[in-house]
Amino acid sequence: MKIRFLIAAIAAVFVTGSAYSATLDDVMARGNLECGVSTGLVGFASPDAEGEWEGFDVDYCRALAAAIFGDSNAVEFTPVSTKNRFTALAAGEFDILARNTTWTFSRDTDLKQTFLGINFYDGQGFMVRADLGVSSASELDGASVCIQTGTTTELNLADFFRVNGMSYEPVPIEDNAEAKEQFFAQACDAYTTDRSGLASTRAAAENLDDYVVLPEVVSKEPLGPLVRHGDDQWADIGRWVLNALIIAEEKGLTSANVREMASAPTNDPEINRLLGTEGTYADMVGLPNDWAVHMIEQVGNYGEIFERNIGVNTPIGLTRGVNDLWTNGGLIYAPPYR
Amino acid sequence: MTIQIVALAGFMLLISWLISNTIQNLETLGKGVELWFLFEPSSYDINQKLIDYSSRSTHLRAAFVGLINTLIIAVLGCVTATVMGIAIGILRLSNNWIVAKIMTCWVEIFRNVPVLLWIVFTMAVLIESLPRPATFRGDNPESSLLFWDSVAVTNRGTYLPEPLFGNGLGDIGIFGIFEISLDLVAFLTVLFAGIFVSNMIKKRADKKQQATGHRPLVWPYRIAVVVIPPIILLYILGFYLGKPELKGFNFQGGVYLRNSLIALWIALSFYTSAFIAEIVRAGILAVSKGQTEAAYSLGLRPGLTMNLIILPQALRVIIPPLISQFLNLTKNSSLAISVGYMDITGTLGGITLNQTGRELESILLLMLVFLGISLGISAVMNWYNSTVKIKER
Repeated sequence: MKIRFLIAAIAAVFVTGSAYSATLDDVMARGNLECGVSTGLVGFASPDAEGEWEGFDVDYCRALAAAIFGDSNAVEFTPVSTKNRFTALAAGEFDILARNTTWTFSRDTDLKQTFLGINFYDGQGFMVRADLGVSSASELDGASVCIQTGTTTELNLADFFRVNGMSYEPVPIEDNAEAKEQFFAQACDAYTTDRSGLASTRAAAENLDDYVVLPEVVSKEPLGPLVRHGDDQWADIGRWVLNALIIAEEKGLTSANVREMASAPTNDPEINRLLGTEGTYADMVGLPNDWAVHMIEQVGNYGEIFERNIGVNTPIGLTRGVNDLWTNGGLIYAPPYR
Repeated sequence: MTIQIVALAGFMLLISWLISNTIQNLETLGKGVELWFLFEPSSYDINQKLIDYSSRSTHLRAAFVGLINTLIIAVLGCVTATVMGIAIGILRLSNNWIVAKIMTCWVEIFRNVPVLLWIVFTMAVLIESLPRPATFRGDNPESSLLFWDSVAVTNRGTYLPEPLFGNGLGDIGIFGIFEISLDLVAFLTVLFAGIFVSNMIKKRADKKQQATGHRPLVWPYRIAVVVIPPIILLYILGFYLGKPELKGFNFQGGVYLRNSLIALWIALSFYTSAFIAEIVRAGILAVSKGQTEAAYSLGLRPGLTMNLIILPQALRVIIPPLISQFLNLTKNSSLAISVGYMDITGTLGGITLNQTGRELESILLLMLVFLGISLGISAVMNWYNSTVKIKER
């Protein structure tokens, strides 16, 4: 009896031990995409009143699902904390991580992740109560600062205060929800994270004008989706879904007009290549020929995703700024689709 | 017998296969087991630190800071949980119906809700209900300091007056790793010397009582040798209390007990006290009622009966399960990160793990540390147990 159990156990270990098959095949076989997102950051990834996930990062995953299956709902979201996101991705708990994650050297190399590009250019900032009368981060000497542990912001914060010769009291916090609780209860004077995250947190306050985001940007935080090392085809798909969303905005393809543009070849060969009316580009990466049509029709282009989730007409209220297209003076730029 | 040996061999094989497989897989990933990361700058700050530490210190030092914080909460928690547990356990056996029932409620409430919930709940109560530092400001502040302006209770923590020395002896470095205040060393030396002398006086009095049947009056001397020398020492060192003052965003000066520490301390000791109370109650009930009756018939009063007859016998039953409770409390302290208390799980097993991506190494080290702490507690308690257990000859 004991031996039989042992053999079964050994066999089980061997079976689960076989890793590294093609991610795309796994996803196709499973019938849906599994995507790691934030545990709740309004505008980027949060469940709405019906429990449906929505947000800027969520829409990237939906676009990827639409590209693979032609169905933007064929995706399952797994909320992960800042702390265990890389471990969970490396362990294969999901296929892709889209969780406002900063692209850094050591994460790319030492942690064995592949960043697919930058979908949001961010920087770390500080938010304080308006009635503190603080107008610059250099006036924060001695303040208690709420900070999410396990993020790059923690390191930037330490460097910022050290370089400026100021002292502070770090109040380490596990996730954004707890940060909100502590900051709104004034258990800390300032809350620091990426400025997009600050805008999102501020949007959740009872009275927006009670809080101000200070002008200083103390770091570069290029955010983007990432996958684990070892499957270049899967990384290519993720990278070109992001690029296609950007090209779509550049070329004026929107969810409203993409079906019409794809019905017959247009004058612009790049649009034709992207929408599958010219060449066999989709085959090169293993996607269906009309992947971009489904994707743009169901989710929209980069600009549409931005405006719908975090743009000026949403509670988050972010302007495009550096996240505008390169043609409009921003940094959003995609290599040519050819 | 054969089947057991085969099973054992198979089991060992499985374990060794798992270990070699893990190492091999990590090597294929290019992540061999290494510990060099411990000697790189940590680049993060820790709020509660008893030894010198800055963001330029190494990950190893950050782990030490965390270890000290773990030990602080473990010691504080074990002491308060024991004191409360003994009191509650005895009171639960009280003849007073109301007292006994209140204590029963205490035990059932605290031991039947997960300790993580108690920790988070306590933290939420502290943050939401206590006054903010800003309310202490102004000419007519909403909140004021307690105990002659010396204690500030805020929703960021409690500031107590701190002992300072006008002509202190300074600090001494130990192996260049950390520093110890010589004032503290001097104070403790004098105090323990006093306690030692006091015990000598007691022994002499005991001897005299045995020999002559007459016990000399010694308690004034015993108190005097413990209390007076430290007071003289404090006077020489120019002892005074530094009071917390509101400067800038926060109170400055004084001993700062962060709310994360207080919440964790309260929750862990209340939770564990419920278990200890039951152990104490069981220990007392294990001493047969005849012992009490015999003591009463000899003319001992209830207090003396408890101290001289019941508790020494009950201790033999109480100590072994009590060790387990101390170990539980220490291990439960690893939930500290839920309220942002920077224990070793938060530093080595949290931020260091995250920033370096060395999961396996960090977690293994963490397990080793907890194993070490637990074995240490076991060793001390087992030694104590062997001193109180029945000496059979």
